[in-house]
Amino acid sequence: MNDWLDPLLLSRWQFGLTTVYHFLFVPITIGLVVAVAIFQTAWVRSGKPVYLQLTKFFGTIFLINFAMGVVTGIVQEFQFGMNWSEYSRYVGDVFGAPLAFEGLLAFFLEATFIGLWIFGWNRLPQKVHLATIWLTAIGTILSAYFILAANAFMQNPVAYQMNEERGRAELVNIWELLTNPVALAAFPHTIFASFMVGAGLIISAAAWHLARNQHLESMRKALKFGLWAMVVSGILTSLAGDQLSLTMVATQPMKMAAAEATYDTVCGANASFSLFTLGTPDGSTELFSIRVPYLLSFLSTHTFDGCVEGLNDLQAEYSALYGPGDYTPIIWVTYWSFRWMIGLGVAHILVALVGLWVTRKGRLPKQRWIWNVAVWSFPLSLLAMSVGWIFTEMGRQPWIVFSLLKTESAVSPNVSGLDVLISLIAFTLIYGILAVVEVRLIIRAIRKGPPDVGEPDPETGRHEPATTVY
Amino acid sequence: MDLATLWFWIVAFMFVGYFVLDGFDFGVGMSLPFLAKDDTDKRVLINTIGPVWDLNETWVIVAGAALFAAFPEWYASLFSGFYLALLLILLALIARGVSFEYRHQRPDSQWKNWFDWMIIVGSALPALLWGVAFANIVQGVPLDADHNFTGNLLTLLNPYGLLGGLTTLLLFFTHGVVFVSLKTDGEIRERARRLAVRAGIVTVVVAAGFLLWTGLAFGTTWFWILAAVAAVALIGSWFLNFRGLEGASFTLMAITIAAAVFALFAVLFPDVLPASNDPANSLTIENASSTPYTLTVMSWTALIFLPFILGYQAWTYWIFRKRVTRADIEAAPAH
Ligand code: HDD
Ligand code: HEM
Ligand code: HEM
Repeated sequence: MNDWLDPLLLSRWQFGLTTVYHFLFVPITIGLVVAVAIFQTAWVRSGKPVYLQLTKFFGTIFLINFAMGVVTGIVQEFQFGMNWSEYSRYVGDVFGAPLAFEGLLAFFLEATFIGLWIFGWNRLPQKVHLATIWLTAIGTILSAYFILAANAFMQNPVAYQMNEERGRAELVNIWELLTNPVALAAFPHTIFASFMVGAGLIISAAAWHLARNQHLESMRKALKFGLWAMVVSGILTSLAGDQLSLTMVATQPMKMAAAEATYDTVCGANASFSLFTLGTPDGSTELFSIRVPYLLSFLSTHTFDGCVEGLNDLQAEYSALYGPGDYTPIIWVTYWSFRWMIGLGVAHILVALVGLWVTRKGRLPKQRWIWNVAVWSFPLSLLAMSVGWIFTEMGRQPWIVFSLLKTESAVSPNVSGLDVLISLIAFTLIYGILAVVEVRLIIRAIRKGPPDVGEPDPETGRHEPATTVY
Repeated sequence: MDLATLWFWIVAFMFVGYFVLDGFDFGVGMSLPFLAKDDTDKRVLINTIGPVWDLNETWVIVAGAALFAAFPEWYASLFSGFYLALLLILLALIARGVSFEYRHQRPDSQWKNWFDWMIIVGSALPALLWGVAFANIVQGVPLDADHNFTGNLLTLLNPYGLLGGLTTLLLFFTHGVVFVSLKTDGEIRERARRLAVRAGIVTVVVAAGFLLWTGLAFGTTWFWILAAVAAVALIGSWFLNFRGLEGASFTLMAITIAAAVFALFAVLFPDVLPASNDPANSLTIENASSTPYTLTVMSWTALIFLPFILGYQAWTYWIFRKRVTRADIEAAPAH
């Protein structure tokens, strides 16, 4: 068989591509829906038109994005069966339940209340209409929890028992599955990271207008909100990430070794964390690096004299446990994705703090470059998100379910390389085209600026936004 | 009835929900070139399903997830086996889904034209392919001893499968057009009513052919009872539409689709994916299902949450019960 027609390789590329793509829209949805709900709450409580403008402005961007999240999500759900049928047979009894919960409890809620929100202006009483956006927000956050619980089983299988006769894992305790320590740690980290992305978008949009000295009133409010949200959620993301590191070291020590490219077990001061390294791409030989002593020990164990197992020791240990094979993920991917995630995260907090300082007491800096930096908040926070997931998923390799099932045994045996090549090309094309369309529409919506909300109703003194239609 | 059997029927219920609800969305999408004279008409049509298409589509996501959780083997064999057919469905749903939201984002007519076509094709293709898929599930497909599908896309495109596809295509089309006549006013409502009468005749003929073929080849008592309900409801729907009773006509259309889908599941029972080459390789409720523990957990969840879900979905339909008119569309801003 031709190498490039290998169904395993193509399926992995397809899953990686479509999942990373889906997860560009998900954090925007999670971050923005909460922001829009907050703006709308502020409007309902205060009646100030500027909050209505912000609700409408970011609401439009949210909806453009939401459509993509929905349609790419369906692909995710079908792909487990289409490309990973052996995986589905093996873990379906365990893994299917959280997915079904997600559908029943979260997706129905989201899909129903988003329709009510879009078309319900002026058809529902104001407070009921406000409740619909909050229910949508709850739906998105619930869905994140269930999907992360499903994913956590792949990182750290719990609550199952093997059925050798049927060759599958079977669920024994649903509660234990849903409170997998990896899920409990990944959930706050992912949610706060999503808030960073939402904040990034708000900062970018506001900076774009403020740099041009337009829509000052609403965009000043948006900027301030975005900067504060970035600082707070950035700090919370870091704290949660710290917890996640501990859990990861406890459950998948190989991943931490791969994140730091430590080949030999190191302790205490020697367990240093490299902020920057020049070396051969796989990290095995180092030419130059900036290292912080003790930091790796602290990240992994929360003590300064802890030890971090190295790749070589773990490789030997796993070979003895699970049979001969290569148990090391691709080091350069894990090494750099981990650094980019953390580096971009810290940079965002710092930039937002500086932003708060230079705009204190309503100042607006004149230097163009300051605004240019701010505009990058959105794409770069999204990048931090993606590399974080790429780290998590690539760091788990060669396992699809850690310690139980290897990725190579999980692929559908009856789907040919040609089939997967066709679908990979089709998804790449349609996703590529839609990416261009979506980015253009979002930029267009941002440039248009917040809508004019007109005059308030003469009797009540409040705005009565008209019903909207497609 | 054991839990696995219960879940067989819950899965059937999920697909019934999906086909009854998204069925009319597909029909409305396909009707654009027949019912709309100008852009406002098109927007009237799209807005009849605007608030609900997403929740309707979610039924297939939940049906798929329920299949995965309750019958992992069925999910695995079916989705990997029908790979290219499902790929086409996915591409169609992607194109259709973004179009509702993106169509009105720019005023120029070339832009809108693109998305109109994506809605039309994106509605017709799944309407056809779901029928092909279900007919093949009922008829059985070649499976090896590990329950892996051994055919290809052409295996599915056999005469019986294609007739099944044509049947769902026509049923959903008529269902959608009746829905338009129920949800609009003025000229477009009249056009929809007349179109439904004409399309209804073709639908009755083709659906009768498909049900007869199914019955003669695989029929069971329950199949014949359900098929008879579907047939009577379909003819009744046509007649009521002819008399201008749109609401009753639409209800009977929904009953037709529900009864027909349940009839197919009744034929399938107790298999879930029969092997056409060797019955020993068939997937059955017994050998495809999850453990009693997983099914118990799922049953409690469904029992507790389904009433809420059905409740808030019904409420949404109630909120948006008013007919959509040209005047509404012209007066309202696009969001
Ligand atoms: C804006 C995005 C963002 C930022 C700034 C950070 N992270 Fe992160 N990180 C993610 C976005 C993310 C993510 C994409 O959301 C991941 C992927 C899986 C997960 O649960 O969250 C992730 C995974 C992830 C993992 C892997 C968990 C596993 O594989 O089991 C660790 C150890 C950390 N993070 C640690 C950190 C630390 C210590 C950070 C800062 C000091 C940090 N992250 C900032
Ligand atoms: C949402 C953020 C996620 C991203 C960005 C992501 C990313 C990736 C990437 C890049 C791969 C390819 C790894 C490789 O080449 O081997 C992958 C594989 C995979 N991931 Fe994830 N993933 C995410 C979440 C999930 C979740 C929540 C699940 C399960 C519910 C999941 C299940 C899988 C599976 C089944 C594979 C295929 C096997 C493999 O190649 O490893 N992923 N993912
Ligand atoms: C690979 C695993 C994944 C699968 C199978 C999956 C499945 C889906 C599906 C089917 C939808 C469409 C729902 C609808 O129609 O409303 C969707 C959207 C969504 N998914 Fe995913 N998803 C995956 C990864 C993730 C992850 C990791 C998260 C959160 C952390 C997530 C959060 C969401 C949210 C919030 C939506 C709502 C729509 C949007 O975000 O724009 N998904 N997903």
